Amino acid sequence: MNEFSSAVGSAVSMILTLDADLVEIVLLSLQVSLGAVFIASAVALPLGAFIALQRFPGRRGVVILLNALMGLPPVVVGLMVYLLLSRAGPLGPMGLLFTPTAMVIAQSIIVLPIIAALTRQTIADLHEEYDEYLRSLGCTPLQSVATLLWDGRFRLLTAIMAGFGRAIAEVGAVIIVGGNIQHATRVMTTTIALETSKGNLALALGLGLILVTIALSVNAATLVLADAARRRYG
Amino acid sequence: MAEEAARQPGDDAHPLLPLVASELRLSIGGREIIRDVSFTVGSSGRTVILGPNGAGKSVLLRLCHGLLQPTGGELRWGGLTVARAREQQAMAPQHPVLLRRTVTGNLLHVLRVKGVPRGERQGLVDAALQQAGLADCGARAARTLSGGQKQRLAIARACILRPAVLLLDEPTANLDPAAVRGVEELVRAVAAAGTKILMTTHDIAQARRLACDILFLNEGRLLEHSPATAFFASPQDPAAARFLDGGLLG
Repeated sequence: MNEFSSAVGSAVSMILTLDADLVEIVLLSLQVSLGAVFIASAVALPLGAFIALQRFPGRRGVVILLNALMGLPPVVVGLMVYLLLSRAGPLGPMGLLFTPTAMVIAQSIIVLPIIAALTRQTIADLHEEYDEYLRSLGCTPLQSVATLLWDGRFRLLTAIMAGFGRAIAEVGAVIIVGGNIQHATRVMTTTIALETSKGNLALALGLGLILVTIALSVNAATLVLADAARRRYG
Repeated sequence: MAEEAARQPGDDAHPLLPLVASELRLSIGGREIIRDVSFTVGSSGRTVILGPNGAGKSVLLRLCHGLLQPTGGELRWGGLTVARAREQQAMAPQHPVLLRRTVTGNLLHVLRVKGVPRGERQGLVDAALQQAGLADCGARAARTLSGGQKQRLAIARACILRPAVLLLDEPTANLDPAAVRGVEELVRAVAAAGTKILMTTHDIAQARRLACDILFLNEGRLLEHSPATAFFASPQDPAAARFLDGGLLG
């Protein structure tokens, strides 16, 4: 108990004094996860909208697969990306293994189905409502997608934030492809895992506090924003 | 009413008239919604599709706009297919779909989709807001407008590029009398500017106020097509006569 309270004390003081190691780790975490969410969104938003609007053979199967992929275990994604990027792997020569780039790639893969599946659902619901208007106006498929993405923007923000929440909290993939190298690929979750096993509870707890704060405040901010938008735009 | 019936600018010049329906049919799930409907609308005035609820009015309007495909028969707008004619038409449904944007944003959306050059957009938006009596509401979220304002915005949005034909589906259902007057005035103004109006209503008084000619529909059948004055003076069809007398049609 004593050990615990002293750990909490030093964790808080590390946060308050902006401990250099701690700040470095937090910044890299944000950089990796935001990068992954940005890349995944760029693919997942149009992809989800496309699947929502287009009729093609096997569409039902794709929708089921996409929803199932939301539950993709991060360690398995880490393993796959590791195999791709390792020296002997097809992308080995690029030398990306154990770099932040590798971590961004892995998290993008984890997050993409989440954002795409939620986007598909949002756009499909909205399309049901807008279909007649868009057809009456003679919108091209591209114009329809643009209209629906824009009008669903606040709900889609929730989808993107769900992706971010998953990425920032994920440990299995980044530890495999990043390697948890000090001053290079160490992020909050991997550091917490390592420092806890080493018995260095102060740093682990400090990072844990920050991680929880980030995750909760991002979600809260998204909800508040989406709610305000709903009241403003209906 | 008389002077407006007389005012039919460019009857011959209207690009989408006459509207000719021949033996139009639509069945959905084995149920016949539209049964063997044929008519020719040649005048550019306000044509009203009148009939009780469930008569198939909205469905007929959607067939005319190409939002539904008939299972039989054919429709032509001035010789053009429905799909081609739709480019020169606009529709405002009973429950208009307003985008989750401002009032101005709703109007701009049409202009953007139709490829109106950036420099011309603001002028068109201002004119549309003015005509619809929404000049003070441009910055408001469209979905927070009142029922009558929403309907006027939907009509203004539909008419912003002066379509050859405006299709209106029960534009004033569930509106209070003041709001109804606002919408009807807007419809008259749009028609006076040369747009052909094809609208549905179950409201006899509204049909009297607005119609130049009447298509009377009941249970998916077209029972009568007459000039409005003749229709209201002495309807030819017994069901129409009963409907005008306030009777319920079974």
